[in-house]
Amino acid sequence: MRTGAQCTIDALADAGVKTVFGLPGGTVLDLFARLYHAPFEFILVRHEQGAAHMADGYARATGRPGCCIVTSGPGATNAVTGLATANMDGIPMVCISGQVASHMIGNDAFQEADTVGITRAVTKHNYLVKNVDDIPRIIAEAFEICQSGRPGPVLVDIPKDIQQKKTEATFSGPAERRGYKPRYEGAPEQIAALAKAINAARKPVILAGAGVIHANAAPELLALVEKTQIPVTTTLLGLGGFPDTHPLALRMPGMHGSVAANNAISECDLLVSIGARFDDRVTGKVSHFAPHAIKAHIDIDPSAISKSIRADIPVVGHAKPILQALLPLVEPVDRKAWLAHVAEWQTKQPFDYDRNTPELLAQYVIEQVSEVTRGEAIIATDVGQHQMWTAQFCKFVRPRSFVSSGGLGTMGFGLPAAIGAQLGCRDRKVVAIVGDGSIQMNFQELVVAVEHDLPIVVVILNNGYLGMVRQWQEMFYKSEYSAVRLAQDGRAANERMAPKRPEYRPDFVKLAEAHGAIGMRLTQKQEVATALRTALSSKKPVVIECIVKPDENVYPMVPPGASLTEMIHKLV
Amino acid sequence: MSKHEDGIHRHIITALVENQPGVLARVIGLISGRGYNIESLNVGPTQDPTISRLTMQVPGDDRVLEQVTKQLVKLIDVVKVTDLTQEAFLNRECILVKVAASRENRSEIIELAGVFGGTIVSVQAEALVIQIVGEQDHVGDFMELMKPFRILDVSRSGVIAMAKE
Repeated sequence: MRTGAQCTIDALADAGVKTVFGLPGGTVLDLFARLYHAPFEFILVRHEQGAAHMADGYARATGRPGCCIVTSGPGATNAVTGLATANMDGIPMVCISGQVASHMIGNDAFQEADTVGITRAVTKHNYLVKNVDDIPRIIAEAFEICQSGRPGPVLVDIPKDIQQKKTEATFSGPAERRGYKPRYEGAPEQIAALAKAINAARKPVILAGAGVIHANAAPELLALVEKTQIPVTTTLLGLGGFPDTHPLALRMPGMHGSVAANNAISECDLLVSIGARFDDRVTGKVSHFAPHAIKAHIDIDPSAISKSIRADIPVVGHAKPILQALLPLVEPVDRKAWLAHVAEWQTKQPFDYDRNTPELLAQYVIEQVSEVTRGEAIIATDVGQHQMWTAQFCKFVRPRSFVSSGGLGTMGFGLPAAIGAQLGCRDRKVVAIVGDGSIQMNFQELVVAVEHDLPIVVVILNNGYLGMVRQWQEMFYKSEYSAVRLAQDGRAANERMAPKRPEYRPDFVKLAEAHGAIGMRLTQKQEVATALRTALSSKKPVVIECIVKPDENVYPMVPPGASLTEMIHKLV
Repeated sequence: MSKHEDGIHRHIITALVENQPGVLARVIGLISGRGYNIESLNVGPTQDPTISRLTMQVPGDDRVLEQVTKQLVKLIDVVKVTDLTQEAFLNRECILVKVAASRENRSEIIELAGVFGGTIVSVQAEALVIQIVGEQDHVGDFMELMKPFRILDVSRSGVIAMAKE
């Protein structure tokens, strides 16, 4: 006989879990009692949002499901942002939450929340366990569901009494659900139609998304490109799925995408999307997106197909077997004129910034991170200007190197995700590139990195602003900077702050040191490379605060609602 | 797809779903969360006690319906989804309608109900309650006819449907 708590821990071990993130509480005391003897590593976080993001970062970096355990009520609600982040980006994750005892459910009990109700819309699936006998099966199902098809987070809510009850139940699988049968192989006739379209196209482009990375299909994509010589643009979450250093790499498309990528999409006669879901930040104005192109869409999620962009050639399935089946059917075609056209955009209008200014620019720091790590590091980010600059100025050469919240756009993701990534990949260098606004959302998790001697490097690009919002206020709201200034001076009148303190709060160097990490502050260009090298060779976490030019904007920019050809290159 | 007088296309979608608590909330949450609308919804058990049938009438064009169908299929607890309006199907709705009826017009109302195969389920001094079962159009026509008599209350079951083949 085992208790429900023991069944849970055993099922996690059976699922191959190596690392669990979490924070205890009243309704998970039984789970934590068994966790004390668990055969896997447990990482105590400081806030449940951190636990969810760590599990997410672990999953993105390793390709294996992340796992976290949180208590009922506030424990679960704190994890919601992390679940929603993983859900939008299709990240495999299992979250176990405690729940008040079954007889108390619905009673407004202490630390009670309707966790399955709250998380229904932000998980791929969730369970409220009502019978202890179901635990082994449900957890096996949770791991199967979170990894298969379009991956996503699964939450299992286990009431306290169910954790305490005893059962003889075991589960030996397979974990199958009659309503859930993801399709992996693409339909042969659709693959044939796609091959025919590729062979006939004069001006084709590939749009590679996160699906390439999730499906471990980067080698297949490279083989396809080598054979067909089709240029590739890589979405934000697809970065690393195709090497940025390849001559046919057009880099990122969309709102802050490259001229080459956006022009190629706008002029192509065939767009082959592989595991990209046509996010509105990629398409711009939908009616003007790739207006001359036949659109082919490979996606494991049938609901992604024709959701925003009508697919002429839909292929439902996993990118890997589909690309494998496609490769022998495509032929090398001479498209010199198109490739010359594309190469001209690439060389004449690459991502750029003022490299001659003596001032320290965020873009410069990011480019230095890329050069010092040579594409070998895992780079995690928060959300905002620094995230876009990272996509523009870091060169990613292999999958699972870029860890960032794309769909939900979750600030405060980068540091905990970097910790999760480092725990999953002990042999890789991990750098979190963050802003001074976003880092303050989950700074507390730095202690976790210190406690576990994780040599992550946190690069804070401090421009004293919530920079991306500042940029939008400058461009679209008459430069009326409303609640975006983070430094003490220069606030709007209604913030009622006398401009008496020019200094910045908090002091990130002291904050890093207070957490037990090494802190550095850089203000000069020439300091950057050396500081990065020192930090990367440290055995302890290092926080490098870079005081960067405050009012830089991310360019190019496609204004919201505009087409991809309407790129702004600077404000006049 | 049926197109009504108001010009809005309506689809009838049936879904076989796991007969478990929370499944209805999942379906409704999905529909409302993605900004779709449901005109009617009917849920009941099937011959298999572990499966329920859900019948929904959803307004919208083909594109909206394609998304609703795909999103429903994506739910783990949804076993099968059919857009019945793509094929030959049977539909029925049951309504109870309370109509103001005086001594003078009571027999006229009863006669009309008879023509529609309706049943008088309650007779009161000033009103009649009529039950009509039939195709949606049939039920709708009867409602139109009752309007001049003053409809006091209506309860509709929502449409249920089944593919012919």
